[in-house]
Amino acid sequence: MQITLSINGETRSAEAEPRTLLVHVLRDHLDLTGTHWGCDTSNCGACVVLVDGEPVKSCTMLAAMAEGHEITTVEGLARDGELDPVQQGFFEEHGLQCGFCTPGMMLTARALLNENPNPSDEEIRVAISGQICRCTGYANIVRAVRWAAEHEAGATAGEEAIA
Amino acid sequence: MTAIETPQADGRHVGRPLKRKEDPRLITGRATYVDDLNPVGTLWMAFVRSPEAHATITSIDASAALAREDVVAVYTAEDLDLAAPLPMAWAPPGIDLNVPEHWPLARGRVAHVGDPVAVVIGEDRYSVVDAAEDVIVEYEPLPVVTDPEEALRDEVLVHPDLPSNTVHEWSLGGGDLEAGFAEADVVIERRIVNHRTAGGAIEPRAVLAEERAGHLTVWSSTQIPHFLRLFLSIMLDLSEERVRVIAPEVGGGFGSKLQIYGEEILAAWAARKLGRPVKWCETRSEAMMVTHHGRDQIATVRVGAKRDGTVTAFHARILADLGAYMMLLTPMVPSLGAFVMSGCYRFPAVQTDIVGVMTHKFATDAIRGAGRPEATHMIEVALDQLAVELGLDPLEVRRRNFIPADAFPYETAIGITYDSGNYQGTLDKLLEHVDVEAFRAEQERLRAEGVHRGIGFCTYTEICGLAPSRAVGPSAFGLQGGGWESALVRVHLTGAVTVYTGTSPHGQGHETGFAQIVADRLGTDPQLVEVIHGDTSQGPNGLDTYGSRSLAVGGEAIARAADKVVARIRRFVAHKLEAAPEDIELRDGRWIVRGSPDKGFTLPEVAGLAYIPEDIPQDMEPGLEEVAFYDPGNFVFPFGAHAAIVDVDPETGKVTLVRYVAVDDCGPAINPLLIDGQVHGGIVHGVGQALYEQVVYDESGQLVTGTFVDYALPTAAELPSFETDRTETPSPVNSLGVKGVGEAGTIAASAAVANAVMDALRPLGVTYLDMPYTPMRVWNAIQEAAR
Repeated sequence: MQITLSINGETRSAEAEPRTLLVHVLRDHLDLTGTHWGCDTSNCGACVVLVDGEPVKSCTMLAAMAEGHEITTVEGLARDGELDPVQQGFFEEHGLQCGFCTPGMMLTARALLNENPNPSDEEIRVAISGQICRCTGYANIVRAVRWAAEHEAGATAGEEAIA
Repeated sequence: MTAIETPQADGRHVGRPLKRKEDPRLITGRATYVDDLNPVGTLWMAFVRSPEAHATITSIDASAALAREDVVAVYTAEDLDLAAPLPMAWAPPGIDLNVPEHWPLARGRVAHVGDPVAVVIGEDRYSVVDAAEDVIVEYEPLPVVTDPEEALRDEVLVHPDLPSNTVHEWSLGGGDLEAGFAEADVVIERRIVNHRTAGGAIEPRAVLAEERAGHLTVWSSTQIPHFLRLFLSIMLDLSEERVRVIAPEVGGGFGSKLQIYGEEILAAWAARKLGRPVKWCETRSEAMMVTHHGRDQIATVRVGAKRDGTVTAFHARILADLGAYMMLLTPMVPSLGAFVMSGCYRFPAVQTDIVGVMTHKFATDAIRGAGRPEATHMIEVALDQLAVELGLDPLEVRRRNFIPADAFPYETAIGITYDSGNYQGTLDKLLEHVDVEAFRAEQERLRAEGVHRGIGFCTYTEICGLAPSRAVGPSAFGLQGGGWESALVRVHLTGAVTVYTGTSPHGQGHETGFAQIVADRLGTDPQLVEVIHGDTSQGPNGLDTYGSRSLAVGGEAIARAADKVVARIRRFVAHKLEAAPEDIELRDGRWIVRGSPDKGFTLPEVAGLAYIPEDIPQDMEPGLEEVAFYDPGNFVFPFGAHAAIVDVDPETGKVTLVRYVAVDDCGPAINPLLIDGQVHGGIVHGVGQALYEQVVYDESGQLVTGTFVDYALPTAAELPSFETDRTETPSPVNSLGVKGVGEAGTIAASAAVANAVMDALRPLGVTYLDMPYTPMRVWNAIQEAAR
């Protein structure tokens, strides 16, 4: 079937079987390989994308179900050549090692910060608890998200912490 | 905002927390993992795997699968014309190993759940999975043995064509054990089970193979591209120069990708047979089943000691459950622990006796730490048990036995020489962060409130930087290869630098740390130093990444290659400035004659002299690049002191990690940011084993923990942040003074957590309990103790 999706602000079409998962349409049909596939049971979260701003494991969603929704993948995080503060935060705080879980982690962090611009460490940990990172032990991911919160455009909360 | 740092001109980069050069591509989704590659015409593989743990294959009917339009081929063992079986690379001199043949597809009989019986190759990812379901295989079940102690009795043979389930017996000891136990005031014995775990890299394995005009290229999510090239060459009977292996971005390894897997060989074999690229991406269910497991040892540990806590003898007898097949290093792994069975202590007599036995499970092999976490767990848990027995403070027992800082290099009872250490130093530093006295008061107070809090320590040393060929090679320890590492440092005409390393990272940050080393030596900026790795067609031969070897062996090779380039720089500059090469030095980014900073050359200017050599003597080679191979004189022995604090809820048995403090010493830091990252991840790997993770098979050999639903990797919600600190005791082994740190956290963590749990449980009457400390296990232990 023809599947038409709105991804990172662009309209993209793919010819895929109705059963095709969103993660595979993104990766195999639309060449958006920044979204990863790490488990069969929706546990690892390497495939998280934003659907209308909400983090969704794209291995649990048929691509056809995503029609009519606004999808954001890691490729859409940076705007006009400027990294999203979340991306910059992961870089600043060594929030990644092998990088495989990172796109999903960053998108969940983006959704969190949109809802809650100044989350506590505990809130960050809960937000990413549906995703697994085997490399970092999470401590630096939490710092990365906090860095992003402190450096959001118009952020005020973290400025004392930086000074 | 940009993730690219602007080049800095000020020399010293080593020791600084430079942000990673790897990150820009990874945080923008622009990195390339194997599954991101789809050459035109790529075919997909899917496997038909045994649902039985042990059975004869009575028939395979692939006709329905082959009838599908999108299926190109179905192969079984009969079709394979490989020149050799899958490798096992350890042959310790004087030891007979009872090793079954292991082929990429089962020949007539399966020996574990997931043993591949057939491979289906077709046009796309989804259709080959459907087609694999259409392959009808009939099995005649055979008796199954999954318990290693039962397997030792040989009543059920894992491989009926072999005489026994026992693979090997191997011992390492030193000092007079008998005398040690005879002079002991107290002897304790504990059975310590270190259960089976999984590597859990978040990128499952993946392989893509393509042949063009007799030349094979294989992209694999592997830690060991050079070894894979070698074994592809052997198994496919293809001359090695025609095989190129690329490990592109690799999404974690933790030892699980230190392996030669049948799927890698089959993809290459099929690509040659079919003349099209062939790709396979492991599902997580397959990863849990057929990506090698780790640990799985039952140890009986005996410790003899004086009343004051001085250990007089330490004896570990280990039964290692090796699984059904011997993979690359399967039987060798427990022996790595034997090398550090002295821990960081002056044990006068130490003995390790290992028996390896087969069961109808998948193979165990190296997983982060590989033998050393098990050994450290035995030592550190046993010392705590000894302390309780003697009524002593567990830290006092450790202090009493520490090898003193002035005793290095120190030869342990088994004849291994520890390079450097200051165990009291790391413990002292740990205790600056952890106030034990205050903790005990708080513990008392919380107990009155029904909270059972415990503290546990682990002071460890480990052996890594896997190298010295003379120690690990065929006529010594018995690995069938060398242990050196290589590097090529190339300065281009513009002064830009490319470094080729034979190591093959999978998240560690080599591109950053190695660039720092080279930049300082050549007088340039790390941003102008590109590090190339993981491609056997690029740079000199290498021996890849495992055993915390990349920096201590590979980094030193890079330093030496850079130093050779420096020697060339000196000659070019000396000639130009009419000075002696030994008088040329690097100052503020320029190569000058010592004491004459007015005239000098930047690296790009030196490159100009080297590559436009209008004015060099006839006996001087132009160009500015050098290769170095480095085989160290010894291993390196990082060490540290860790403390874990846990809460146990006696009502539910739930254990919560409250605080974790780690002080590690891996020599002078090249990049402290990377060290912290390695330590954090390492700790969680050990904490995961202690609290959550376990690979479970039932009695019939069925894998109970087949997905991440059942195999519980720690998430952010379960963990605290870590407090880390370091001391820096240089190693005399290499010029950088560095030791490995990739496995240290894992090696220390499980024992620290175990000791904390037992400290919490002791008032409830539980004196010893094996990992993993799941609520059910802890709750049951509390109930049993109350009876």
